[in-house]
Amino acid sequence: MTLSRPAKWAFGLMAVVCLAFIYVPLTVVVINSFNASRVFSWPPQGFTTEWWHAALNNPGARSAALTSVLVAVAATLFALVMGSLVAFALGRYSFFGRQTVSLLIILPLALPGIVTALALRTAFKPWLGTSWEWLGVAVGPTVIAAHATFCIVVIYNNVIARLRRMGTSPEEASMDLGAGVFTTFRLVTFPLIRPALVAGAVLAFGLSFDEIVVTLFTAPADVTTLPIWIFQSLFRPNQGPIVNVVAALLVLISVIPVYLSQKLSGDPGHAGGRI
Amino acid sequence: MTAVQDAPVPSRAMGLSTWLYRRPRARLAALLAAPVLWLALAYFGALFLLLMTSFYTVDDFTSLPVRAFSLDNYQTIFSNPAYVKVILRTVAIAASVTVVAALLGTPMAFFIAKVVPQRWRGLMVALVVTPLWASYLVKVYAWKTMLQPDTGVVAWLLNPFGLSGPGYGVVAVTITLTYLWLPFMILPVYAGLERLPDSMLDASADLGARTGRTLRSVVLPLVYPSIVAGSVFTFSLSLGDYITVQIVGSKTQMLGSVVYGSYTTDLPFAAAMATVPIVIMVVYLAIVRRTGALDSL
Repeated sequence: MTLSRPAKWAFGLMAVVCLAFIYVPLTVVVINSFNASRVFSWPPQGFTTEWWHAALNNPGARSAALTSVLVAVAATLFALVMGSLVAFALGRYSFFGRQTVSLLIILPLALPGIVTALALRTAFKPWLGTSWEWLGVAVGPTVIAAHATFCIVVIYNNVIARLRRMGTSPEEASMDLGAGVFTTFRLVTFPLIRPALVAGAVLAFGLSFDEIVVTLFTAPADVTTLPIWIFQSLFRPNQGPIVNVVAALLVLISVIPVYLSQKLSGDPGHAGGRI
Repeated sequence: MTAVQDAPVPSRAMGLSTWLYRRPRARLAALLAAPVLWLALAYFGALFLLLMTSFYTVDDFTSLPVRAFSLDNYQTIFSNPAYVKVILRTVAIAASVTVVAALLGTPMAFFIAKVVPQRWRGLMVALVVTPLWASYLVKVYAWKTMLQPDTGVVAWLLNPFGLSGPGYGVVAVTITLTYLWLPFMILPVYAGLERLPDSMLDASADLGARTGRTLRSVVLPLVYPSIVAGSVFTFSLSLGDYITVQIVGSKTQMLGSVVYGSYTTDLPFAAAMATVPIVIMVVYLAIVRRTGALDSL
């Protein structure tokens, strides 16, 4: 588009302001993790890696991180199955109540977080005391179920978009050549939707790993995910330096999923899959 | 009828495959059964239970819900000016977040979609998306350190000018929520602008419109549904927040924090309070529907 020079400069300036707004706070978090001062104050008092050593060896933070990974993996696997099933149903068939089902899927993400949180807590109340021990940390079925419920929609969105784009001809060709329903799925459909499944899984994992709004309401008392650990530590001033390091670490590793999804989709415009 | 029985059945899987192939309804039922049962029971059932609970009262001694229908909780909310104020404040914060996000996000999205050269576009989108992946709590924490009174980064920047930062409170909550949900505004608007053909902008210029006129009369009306689509996210997410307000809100109360503060002692009241954002969202979505923005979600 042919924009006037001042207009280009104006948009450029606004973009720079916007990017500064996005990145300055994250940079401050990373710098702050090397701050020698025990109490936060800007500018930093001196450089130290002491807190990084302390945080990486902090048993609470480590087991919370492991708990988060386990919960996220379990929720993602559950959501992968449910989300794909429902994407096939809505993407390949038209039936009475189709609109209702698609509304039902999107509801857990569309409604305000506190509503989903309290509703799930009310429903899961009988199982809130149950927790399992996996790899030495406590993991709760209620928190996995809660995460899976709102992860279904991200898998669904990715898979149904893929199904629409690929059409039905590859499957029809396979059937015409004599392959049955299962063979067609295994050799034709599944390889075609695999990138969408991976992109959706990355997104679902990220969503669950980071979730706090619903987690605080649905986690059993002995289950501490990383966000719960950070949330509790925020109110303990002496944990400050350790929280700084964990926060900085989380900022730095957030590059991984973006890189992964760009690499997988091969389309930079869709970084992070479909939300 | 006999056709099925006469057909050769080499293996059980083959038989099932043929059976399924001939019955699309059975395939559909097999696909739908588990997820729909799950969502209906675990989620829709939960919402229904929440709605029911909001009509119960609580036993003063045991703090347990008493199952007798009453409108007491709703009466408490709407007859107490403090709660009405909380609701209005929450809606005002959510609305401000949406407006600020649109004002910041739309030029950014336009810059990426129409000003930046094609080869830089992917990188720019990645730059906007990456913070979406940074942990929610970390981002709130980042603003806690930014806005800390006297010793925060904002205070450090403003003090030489004789100004002080906003400190913790409603302004801090609005800034932080805008920060959290900004990508949810930029991405739909960017997608909408990408669909808008450049030829349309060139046509506007050929017909004599200057840049400002083209932006106002061509770009803005066409991208408006995308802005509204983004606003559904920013509005809903802000409406239901109770974490940010606890960390950077000082003593500010929002709908979410009232629910969070009362669900252990008075579940029916918390349930009634949680019904309020549902109603607000339904009204908001009904208004949004008219713009046709929901089709582009």
